[in-house]
Amino acid sequence: MKQPQQSISIAGENALIVYFGDAPSDSIASQVAATATQLRSDLGELLIDLVPSYASLLVIYDAFKTDHHAVRNAIRQALRQHPTAAVAAQPGSMVTLPVYYSRESGPDLQQLADNAGLSVDEVIAIHQQSDYRVYAIGFAPGFAYLGEVDPRIAAPRLATPRQKVPRGAVAIADRQTAVYPAQSPGGWNLIGLCPQRMFDPDAEPSMPVQVGDTVRFKAIDKQTFLAMGGSL
Amino acid sequence: MSKGLKVIQAGIFSLIEDGGRFGMHGIGVTTGGPLDSNAFRWANRLCNNALQTAAIEVTIGGLVLESRVTTTIALTGAAIPLSINHQPQELWQSHQVKPGDRIELGFALSGSRGYLAVAGGFEVEPIFDSAATVPREGLGGVHGDGKSLQAGDLLPCHNSVTSARLCVPEGERPDYSDNRALLRVVLGYQQHVFSKLQKQLFFTSEYSVTESSDRMGFRLKGAAIKPAIGGILSEGICLGAIQVPADGQPIVLLNDRQTIGGYPKLGSVLSLDIGKLAQLLPGGSVRFEEISVEQAHNLLLLDQHRFQHRALEKVGEHD
Repeated sequence: MKQPQQSISIAGENALIVYFGDAPSDSIASQVAATATQLRSDLGELLIDLVPSYASLLVIYDAFKTDHHAVRNAIRQALRQHPTAAVAAQPGSMVTLPVYYSRESGPDLQQLADNAGLSVDEVIAIHQQSDYRVYAIGFAPGFAYLGEVDPRIAAPRLATPRQKVPRGAVAIADRQTAVYPAQSPGGWNLIGLCPQRMFDPDAEPSMPVQVGDTVRFKAIDKQTFLAMGGSL
Repeated sequence: MSKGLKVIQAGIFSLIEDGGRFGMHGIGVTTGGPLDSNAFRWANRLCNNALQTAAIEVTIGGLVLESRVTTTIALTGAAIPLSINHQPQELWQSHQVKPGDRIELGFALSGSRGYLAVAGGFEVEPIFDSAATVPREGLGGVHGDGKSLQAGDLLPCHNSVTSARLCVPEGERPDYSDNRALLRVVLGYQQHVFSKLQKQLFFTSEYSVTESSDRMGFRLKGAAIKPAIGGILSEGICLGAIQVPADGQPIVLLNDRQTIGGYPKLGSVLSLDIGKLAQLLPGGSVRFEEISVEQAHNLLLLDQHRFQHRALEKVGEHD
């Protein structure tokens, strides 16, 4: 397999961005996660923040303590320690998220099934069959972009986004899926509800997943959903 | 009675901000913090506080407080008329207040963000090590829920010993009255997808601040610049990043920006100039100037040195 082209660019006065390739993949996601971990330990207090995403890593450093040459060197060294092939073998944690799939908890489930020429049960089954990679976290605190959804149940965003998507909504947009961490506006197709909090500033850790982890969805019935603290 | 400053009127939009929330981008949490970090640090210094201490960012004005402590306060930033017990008071200067005193802020005559600091800071329960209020995320502030100040809130702070009245030297007080800003830019990110011509257009054009500008980002209007690509894989966004959507109108992303996004970016505005931008009112004029990352580092170090070596003056020294 051809090694994706890596590069380091300036992003701002105290930020460099590392590009690992131009398309998301499992091996790139692992490499982004491994490089982030490495840099967190190598740069220590020189580091202000890191933003891992699909195929890039933004490195924000303290410009009063170091400069872009030194940070660039640290990044190059971290990249040498984590060539693609090696990190692909060490994925992040596996996290299983419970979902109450139903027409009442997933208002777009029927429409999505109809458009896909599948039954509602088939959509629910297919959504649980894949292991999803956490490619990026953003948009809102705790919003994890998971991929990739089986092409049979991929669905475009709604023409008119909803004003209110409830916390815990499990949703699909194109080949991505996600759990809404808090009530917010949103245009993804809603297929169920997850009773587990995806973002809780008072909990440790605040999020059950991080970039590079693998997520699997597991259907639960209404009673279990309610017993786990879910609400409709 | 609990100690602190009681909010009688919240004003247009007033937020508790400290230096900001860092190290949490990995779970999608943005930084928050004062838009005009220069005015903010002076306000804290006037109150003898550490520079990142929680203070109030007042947008436009209208805030009225009643003191329930004996302490020192200072207001810096936008030219917002300040009175204590109906007596007009100077900005960029420390003032003593005692229980029962009414601290009243009018509306900005120039600039748009004022910073009201109190000795010892507001004692707000930190979330991820910061009191910074980010309404969009529902994080920070007096109640920890990201809400702006509301009438009836008590902003906890303690009595502090009275100290000499101090003021910021005249030469250090910015003048926002021309509603213009020259912003220095470090090119970066997808700068290669903007042709030389598009970059020239960007650096020679005058942009104006639109109404849809807030703590997330300032949307500008002017010569459209067209990147060669419409979108990218979503990636991390740093402070001051200049994002260019399909309509070619640049957006400068500020403290409450989303942590990742998929529009092409030309580079980032120097942090020292973010405050100048944030003080502009809609219709304000913006120009950009290119600098290298080395120049940016030099400017940051020079600014830090200058700030540290510029002493506050005793009030009345020049009278």
